[in-house]
Parts: sequence; C-alpha cells; structure tokens
Amino acid sequence: MPRINSHSVSLRRRATNWLALGSISLAALIVTVPLFLILGTVVYRGLPTLTWSFLTQLPKPVGETGGGMANAIVGSLEILGVASIIGVPFGVGTGIFLAEYGRNKWGNLVRFTADVLNGVPSIVIGMTAWALVVVTQGHFSLFAGSVALGIMMVPVISRTTEEVLLLVPQPIREAAWGLGIPHWRTTLSVIIPTASSGILTSVMLAFARIAGETAPLMFTAFGNEYWSLRLDQPTAALPLKIFQYAIMPYEQAHQYAWTGALVLITIIMVTIIVFRWIASKSTIQGAM
Amino acid sequence: MPMLPRLKVPSDSSARQQPESTPAPNAGENKPGAAPRRRLRTSEGNVGDAVFRALVVLCAVALLSIVGLIVFELVTQSRLSMKHFGFSFLYRSIWDPVNEDFGALPFIYGTVVSSLIAVIIAVPLSLGTALFLTELCPRALRPILSLLVELLAAIPSVIYGLWGIFVMAPFLRRHIQPFLASSLGWTGLFTGPKYGYGMLASGIILAIMILPIISSITREVITAVPRQQREAALALGATRWETLRMAVLRNARAGILGAVILGLGRAFGETMAVTMVIGNRPEIAKSLFAPGYSLASVIANEFAEAVGNVYLSALMQCALVLFAITLIVNAAAGILVWSITRGTPSRAIA
Repeated sequence: MPRINSHSVSLRRRATNWLALGSISLAALIVTVPLFLILGTVVYRGLPTLTWSFLTQLPKPVGETGGGMANAIVGSLEILGVASIIGVPFGVGTGIFLAEYGRNKWGNLVRFTADVLNGVPSIVIGMTAWALVVVTQGHFSLFAGSVALGIMMVPVISRTTEEVLLLVPQPIREAAWGLGIPHWRTTLSVIIPTASSGILTSVMLAFARIAGETAPLMFTAFGNEYWSLRLDQPTAALPLKIFQYAIMPYEQAHQYAWTGALVLITIIMVTIIVFRWIASKSTIQGAM
Repeated sequence: MPMLPRLKVPSDSSARQQPESTPAPNAGENKPGAAPRRRLRTSEGNVGDAVFRALVVLCAVALLSIVGLIVFELVTQSRLSMKHFGFSFLYRSIWDPVNEDFGALPFIYGTVVSSLIAVIIAVPLSLGTALFLTELCPRALRPILSLLVELLAAIPSVIYGLWGIFVMAPFLRRHIQPFLASSLGWTGLFTGPKYGYGMLASGIILAIMILPIISSITREVITAVPRQQREAALALGATRWETLRMAVLRNARAGILGAVILGLGRAFGETMAVTMVIGNRPEIAKSLFAPGYSLASVIANEFAEAVGNVYLSALMQCALVLFAITLIVNAAAGILVWSITRGTPSRAIA
C-alpha cells in the first residue's frame, strides 16, 4: 500500500492540506459577511428617519408624515424591566441551588429541565403565557408579555450563574466556614459578591437574548397605538412594531420599520458591549 | 490565601461576634457544651441555612413547574383538536378554518424542510469557523472573530426577517434563482415562479441564524479533544489538515453531530424571520422556490385572530407538535454533546 514514490504523495498531501486549510479560513470569512450586510443595511436604511420626533412621538396613521415609536420604545423597556424583575431572582436562585446543593440527581433533573426550557421555541412560551395570564385576566397585557420573557430568562441565567459560582475557589468557602459563618451567610456575603460580575454578565446575556423577542409578545403584550404604561393593559413593543410595519404594503411603513430596527439593535449592541466590558473586568478571570 | 484580603467577608464585627452573639438558632438543638465543636464542623441545624436552602429549592421547583405548566397547558388546550382529528392531524394537508377541518402536514413539512436546508448550508460554514477559531486563527484575531460570531447571534429574529424580505429575497429573485433554475432545474427542486421569498429563502435566513450556535458548541467540543491526540498525529508526520481530520474531527464527531442537531432544534422553533420570508402558503411543493408555511409561523399569523374553539385548539396542537419535535431533538443533541464534553467543565449554552 505505501507508495515508494513519496514525492508525488507528499505533493498531493500538501495540496490537500492547503486546499482544506484555505476552505476553513474562507468559511470563517464568509460567516462574518451577513453580520456586516445586515448591520450595514439597518444603519443605511434606518438612519435617515432617525429623528428626535421618531424617539419622542406616537405613531401616526400611514400617509401622514412625522410620528414615531416613542410608546413602543418605552413599552419595550418596561416589558423588559418587569421581565427582569420576574426572571432574575428565579434564575439566580436556581443557579445557587445548582451550584451549592445540586451535586446530585435532583440537581441533574433541574439542569436537564433548564436545558429543555432553553430549547422551547419562544412562541410556545408565548402561548403558555397567553393560556396562563391572558385567559385568566380576560385581556392582553404588559404583564403577560413580561411573564413570557421572564420565563425565557430563567434557564440562561441559572446555568450561567451556576458556572460562575462553581468558579469561586473552594478555599474561599472553607475560609468562611473556618470563621464560623453559616453556609447561607457564606453564600450571600462571600461567594455571590466574589462572583457578582459573572452573575451580572449572565443577566445581561439573558437580557440581550430576550430584548429582540417578538413571537412571545404577539399574544401577550399584543401592541398598542397609544401610550400605556399600565401593567394590565396591552402595550406597544419595539419588535412587534417593526414586524407590524414590515408587513404593511407601504413604503413609509417600511422606512419606519428600518428605523425601529436601528433603535432596537442599538439597545442590544450597547447591552452586549457593556456586558463584555464588565466581563473583562471580572474578578474571576475566565468566568465568561 | 492571597485572595482573602480582597473579599468582602461580612464586616469584621459580625463575623467575630457570631459564636457568642447568635446562639439562638442552635440553642434548641445542641447541648451547650457541644455547640462550639459542632459549629466548627458544619453549620447543620442553623435556621438561616434551612430558610436559605428552602428559598433556592423553591426557585428550582419553580423552574420545574414552569416546564410542567407548559406541557400541561399545551395538552389541555389542544385536547379538543386531538379528540376531533386524532393522529390524522399529523398527516392530513387540510387547513380550513371555515369548516373547522385541520391537518398540520404542510406546516410540519415546511418546518422540517426549511430547517434541513438551513442545516445543510450552515454545517460546513460553522464547522469551518469553529476549526478556524480553535486551530488556525492568529491569537490577536481570535477575540474579534468570536465577538463577530456572537453578535450574529444577538441580532433579533425580526430584524433577520426585515432584511430577508427587503434585501435578501429581491437578491435571490434577481440573481440566485435564475442561476439555480438554469443549472440545477433538472432536479425539480429549483423550478417554478421565482418570487424570491419561499422555502429556499427561509432556509438561507435560518442558516445564518443557527451558524453561531453550531459553531460555538462545535468549538467547545473540539477544545475538549485532548492535546495529545493532535501531538500524536503531528509526530507521525501528518499535515495540519490530516491532524484536524484524524485527531480532532474524528474524536469530536459525536459532539459535532450533537451541535448540528441542536442547531436543527433552534431552526425548528424560529418564528419571526421564517414567517416574514417563507411565503405563508399551506402547500407541499417539490420546488424549493415555492412558498411554504411552518408550524411556528401559522401560530404567529393566525393565533391572535383565531375564532372558534376547534381552530384555537388546532393551533395549540401545532404548538404541541412543535414542542414535542424540539424536545426530542434537543434531548438527543444534549446526550451527544455531553458524551464528548463530560470530562471537561461544562458551559451553559446561551
């Protein structure tokens, strides 16, 4: 089988080598192309109508000039805020459970369930929130949207929190126990502060993930043409507004959809950059 | 302990005073004489511990019950439709809200086919990206490239959809589809009117959306392959590519398969981008140029306006089918990834 004429084999192997390595590098290059194309288009098409009134006024009916998405921007932020109030404590609590008490079959069950929940399509979570909240309340509401998004935050935060807590060196715990500090106090006052930047990044990661979610809001927050900041009323949200404008058959509506997309993507990118910055200052290097 | 001084250990006074000033929790359970030694060993029996533990267990139970509630709601809400159509819901292609006659086959077909197109396109690209990032990339470039891939994952689905209808679909219609029709039209997959949007367009959009997840998990799996495997291959005189193929890819193949399946699961559940580009026509066509429909997008489009209990229930059953498919796919993928990375510290998949 081995050919004696090793020179030609070596040439073929070298050619294959360069061809394969070339394709691998090319693949990596191609993957970055859509990012620049999409971000570039959003900025290019969205920027012209990004005016002060876009950020501060209510939407006007198609055909009239002016108007904006102020209610959708504020509505989105409020939905995200309430979602975080719901999702963050449960996520961090579950993370603490997994890291401190979860080295057994119950922990594995919770870990598996968190992964299952992470894989549930967002629209299915939206339908569950509809069945649980909207049907009970009898109408669409901001709260229902926040429940849907809050549920989506839990698995992301809990798994990342667990990871970060496990990175806290064992001797630190032992030192705290050595001082006679009870386990709960050790966790709250020693371990969590040590891991706090990691936990914060996990929260931001979850926030960035839900910030652009549209599907779970369609049957929960539903959308609104006017100002509504009440928890029990339907509320406008930026992703919903973008979708609504994108499928309208009017050029002007499309224009507004692009500008809305620019605002949304800016919010998300800023969150990610801040989270990266915090992660780089992390107490525990390599936590993220 | 160089780390200790930086820590915010509970303020000095409280830590030092604890043994004397907080005897209350243990007083009832321990004999006074035995208390100090007990406390040095563990803090069992501490009321604070019990409360804290109960609180975090409650959070974990809440997580379990959320998933339980999802299953419960989906099943109870779709019971009516199950009673009406039984298993025929899964293989009939009728979607008639007026006569309340429903079968979800076109949606299942659309979901599966568009996701498969996505995987076929995304796998080579994300595999290449993962290999490049772990094995070839210059050190200085690595954080930048991985940030770019991560940002791709952060773009909201609705913006993918927006870009899909206004930029990608026209481009497909004008440039790609005529080319495919003339060169590969004989396969029957690339024929018929060229709308731009349709099954092919949604497959491509989904491919871009699942690239980051496949490549990040593949990276994790590749990193888990022991260094000695590579060194052994190199020592035998293998070229760099041969090392990658024999030492890295072969050892990581189960995990890579898991990553691909996980990407497939993501594609199944994607809603907004697909709804905006797939064309929303409940038909099964051989040509990939033809419009289709997916389980997630039929829910997105019709749920808010659905009238009649059977109609609502049929849409709920679509959600149940979608949930079941993603559950099976994710569980399979989880097992495959775990089989490779179990030796190394796990990282959550975000």
